[in-house]
Amino acid sequence: MTDHIVKAYDKELEALGRRIAEMGGISEKMLAEAMDALAGSDIELAHRVVSTDPRLDNLQREIEEAAILTIARRQPMAVDLRECIAAIRISGDLERVGDLAKNIARRTLQIATESRLPRAVVGLKSMHDVAAMQLKEVLDAYAERNAERARSVWINDIELDALEDSVFRDLLTFMMEDPRDISFCTHLLFCSKNIERIGDHATNIAETVVYLVTGESMPTERPKTKKALHTVDFGAKDEGTP
Amino acid sequence: MTAMPAMLATAMETPTKVTVRDLDFYYGDTRALKSISLGLYLNRVTAFIGPSGCGKSTLLRVLNRMYDLYPKQRATGEVILDGQNILSPKLDVNLLRARVGMVFQKPTPFPMSIYDNIAFGIRLYERVSKSELDSRVEDALRGAALWEEVKDKLHTSGLGLSGGQQQRLCIARTVAIHPEVILFDEPCSALDPISTSKIEELIDELSDRYTIAIVTHNMQQAARVSDFTAFMYLGELIEFDETDRVFTAPSHPKTQDYITGRFG
Repeated sequence: MTDHIVKAYDKELEALGRRIAEMGGISEKMLAEAMDALAGSDIELAHRVVSTDPRLDNLQREIEEAAILTIARRQPMAVDLRECIAAIRISGDLERVGDLAKNIARRTLQIATESRLPRAVVGLKSMHDVAAMQLKEVLDAYAERNAERARSVWINDIELDALEDSVFRDLLTFMMEDPRDISFCTHLLFCSKNIERIGDHATNIAETVVYLVTGESMPTERPKTKKALHTVDFGAKDEGTP
Repeated sequence: MTAMPAMLATAMETPTKVTVRDLDFYYGDTRALKSISLGLYLNRVTAFIGPSGCGKSTLLRVLNRMYDLYPKQRATGEVILDGQNILSPKLDVNLLRARVGMVFQKPTPFPMSIYDNIAFGIRLYERVSKSELDSRVEDALRGAALWEEVKDKLHTSGLGLSGGQQQRLCIARTVAIHPEVILFDEPCSALDPISTSKIEELIDELSDRYTIAIVTHNMQQAARVSDFTAFMYLGELIEFDETDRVFTAPSHPKTQDYITGRFG
């Protein structure tokens, strides 16, 4: 795309994109470290994840303010307007990803001293592999302004949902086998929910990237197969994590 | 350049008031409009945008045969107003201009009283009694949201009004003779933001009763006041679509470059 006649306009939009990339990097790192801390009962690392979160929050606020200023100052149209709206939306999603990673780190701090069940964490690690890949893919799609890549992230979320189902069943089995693991496994349940939510945020970002590039909105319904989960429904589907 | 459809699929339910087909326009040997085809929808606002010299004002001037005043200017193709080709040489141009009114960039009140500015046009086309004339003048001024401001000084000069009031006076003069289509050629470019808002509010109200075309350099204004937007460039119609679409996700790269301020 050609440059704006007003060069400062280009700089403002570039700065938005750069800060989104920075937020993306930080949230990816937070998630990876939170999972490492969980797997290795690494209290120090978990603390570091928790202390990183304010940076993400600040960046989000900065992006929001900068985007609002650009809207007020330039009255952006078409792709520029979508650029500003996308920055606001994506920064919100990435901030949530950071919160969810922080929540995993907090839970690690709580369960680090408890009896451990290493095989219970295996399922979570595969969930993390998928979520981390989704996050990376969607951030690349944003950087490249690539709607096709974003669409495949959107579709691949189904994989994470399926994994969450199986982790849920595994953890349930462990708890039934030995009630002493209930506390540990319950925390892991919330962790798996957090990872699944991170996947949801990745698909939100994917939707935003498609909108940014094409101006079209994605269908409201994302692909979901959660029928298995609801056969053992404890009446707690989508409430916030405590 | 692919030919643009004269009708938009999304607006099929709305009848067209004016249909332009394969319109070419020449200033002497210069071809200023190149095969323009589009429709002005009934009681809708259509905005024409594009850089200077793109032909948008020329197109507006064709719609009420304003160009007739100048020799060496000619139009070919068709402009159908309610089934009648207004480019036909047999057409009574004065009657056409009563049906298709025009408001210009700079307010152009006549050097006479506010009352006479409006009564003048009515007397030109119709014989009406004094009392009817009074009520027509009042209706027109009310229609142009000017009545409250001038009702106590109807017989003072129209030139004594502020720029924004003068422009509304011109709009009142236009609506007084009950046109069907109103053409606005940059009606706000000489006005301050408050007066501009009043004119925009007026355009919105007028669109209940009239089919409106507006040429504007102010993109935000086009986005605010119009239902449809036509982007023109070098005498060609590049894009014609619903306004909401044009300003959020235009389909032609040239449109995008123009409305986002990237024109090189």
